[in-house]
Amino acid sequence: MFEPVLFKNRRSERPTTLDEYRGGGGYDALAHALRNLAPKDVRRLVGDSGLRGRGGAGFPAARKWEGVPDDGPFPRYIVANSDEMEPGTFKDRVLLNRDPHMILEGVILAGYAVSAQKGVFFIRRSYEKEAELLEMEVAAAREAGYLGEDILGSGFAFEVEVHRSGGRYICGEASAQVSALQGERPRPDRTAHMAQQGLWQRPTVVNNVETLAYVPHIVGKGAEWFRRLARTEGGAGNKLYCVSGKVRNPGCFELPLGTRLGEIIEKSAGGMLPGSAFKACLPGGASTAFLPAEFYDIEMDFDVMKKAGQRLGTGAIIVFDQGTCLVGATLNMMTYFARESCGFCTPCREGLPFVRELLYRIETGQGEPSFIPMLKEMAAAMSHAYCAFAPGAIAPLNGLLAHFEDEIREHISHHKCPYGTTPRHRED
Amino acid sequence: MGTQDRLKELQERIPQVEHPREMAVDVMYALQTRDGYLTDEGLVEGAELLGMTPLEMEELATFYDFIYRRPVGKFVIHACDGVVCWMFGEESLVAYLCRKLGVEAGERSRDGLFTVLPSACIGQCDRAPVMLIRDVTYGPLTPERVDEILDDLKKGHSLGPVKDDRDV
Repeated sequence: MFEPVLFKNRRSERPTTLDEYRGGGGYDALAHALRNLAPKDVRRLVGDSGLRGRGGAGFPAARKWEGVPDDGPFPRYIVANSDEMEPGTFKDRVLLNRDPHMILEGVILAGYAVSAQKGVFFIRRSYEKEAELLEMEVAAAREAGYLGEDILGSGFAFEVEVHRSGGRYICGEASAQVSALQGERPRPDRTAHMAQQGLWQRPTVVNNVETLAYVPHIVGKGAEWFRRLARTEGGAGNKLYCVSGKVRNPGCFELPLGTRLGEIIEKSAGGMLPGSAFKACLPGGASTAFLPAEFYDIEMDFDVMKKAGQRLGTGAIIVFDQGTCLVGATLNMMTYFARESCGFCTPCREGLPFVRELLYRIETGQGEPSFIPMLKEMAAAMSHAYCAFAPGAIAPLNGLLAHFEDEIREHISHHKCPYGTTPRHRED
Repeated sequence: MGTQDRLKELQERIPQVEHPREMAVDVMYALQTRDGYLTDEGLVEGAELLGMTPLEMEELATFYDFIYRRPVGKFVIHACDGVVCWMFGEESLVAYLCRKLGVEAGERSRDGLFTVLPSACIGQCDRAPVMLIRDVTYGPLTPERVDEILDDLKKGHSLGPVKDDRDV
């Protein structure tokens, strides 16, 4: 029997208020943890629950927490990553609007688990309304004693603030996000050990807001309960799946982790638009590879996807129909990622525009058969990039080459796009 | 809150925080709201406020797509060019917008009101294609809807009629 967790307080017209959240048992987990659990107990609970990061990489949440050394310096920070800019992904926005206190309680519990003093919501500029809502609810939580010097009389002190970003996709990457918070040009830094020397050189944990929102429930109901929510054997918890593209009812749906792709599309998103047939989807945002129809029944879980050579990513399912040109779609994404690249390393800075140019020529009928091995070579070169951005960015091209090479060849041999797509020419 | 108030509030906070640089984006944003865009003078002013060099601030200003270092229209139209919006005709919509306003992307319309900027996915993919103007999202868009929105903005009752989708 499916049990909604993150959307259990769902209201149709407005965000859940503090009183409503409390009425449904909100902040009970925090009170319980502060009274009965040591920080390491919270870490162990979340570790045992199998909670994995919902922001795209799927890294075990508690392992990030365990990276903070017991004797590490103070203050320590929790960064609640609310910067979602992965095309197709809007779950964090929906969640922020539905139940801001659920996320906030998760942030405070994460803070308690690693003995942090401060939480920061890092939120994108285009979510200004959500940023204002958060500020209001943070103030309400402070008023009610859930934030401040002596939370619920426990002696635990924790504060939260909201940081508005200035834009750019790369700020979603943890080390770039920390640089951004420090007022430095945000670019990924692989030498950074966040848990030891993150924000202001202090121990820092960056978690996605969906990940954090599960924490109060795990603390309240236990690790075993959380594991059992998932549909798959090795999975744990529910997942917010966003469905967009050529479906009847696009939206954000909470379902057990491991729900089958086809079931999400048909039952939750209402199936394909009239006249549309499923051609492919991107299963987890624009930095995952195209999945053709043969994967229609795949279980949308981290490990199952990985075994199939795919990635769950953010769980944002972008559905393409038979009338959509996938060369054109890939060109759009390469243009997007070439612009969003921070420009620090050569494969990403030079490689993505090169790929974009090849795809542009193919899409406009100027392609040559020799372009295909060139595309493959450039795609392989992205593994030499400095951070995970380029390997993610090139994923749709890898999917295109793996499953739709015939479509590329058709463009080349017919000297035009068989779907009649004409891309906008863009200057660098 | 008025733009002067916002800047004043930031100025008051700066001496109280341990790391003033963390307010760089807020300060740049407040200055550009006051001046229409982040001018050279504004950049120097912001850098001084935060104890940064103008070059350090320029490094940030040129990085962020919501910080404008060139004159922009009163209404900056961030047209989402994520792949979902693309699927629903984003390219022809941007072309329509530009044609209607007589501008190329990034330019300011002759009446000084509008600038069109193709922008990274704005997280409203369930309503594609969408655009964001002064913190309000509009979508799904059609040429007719675009006409309506531009007319409303021109008439000055800019932000009223559109329902944001916080509740969806």
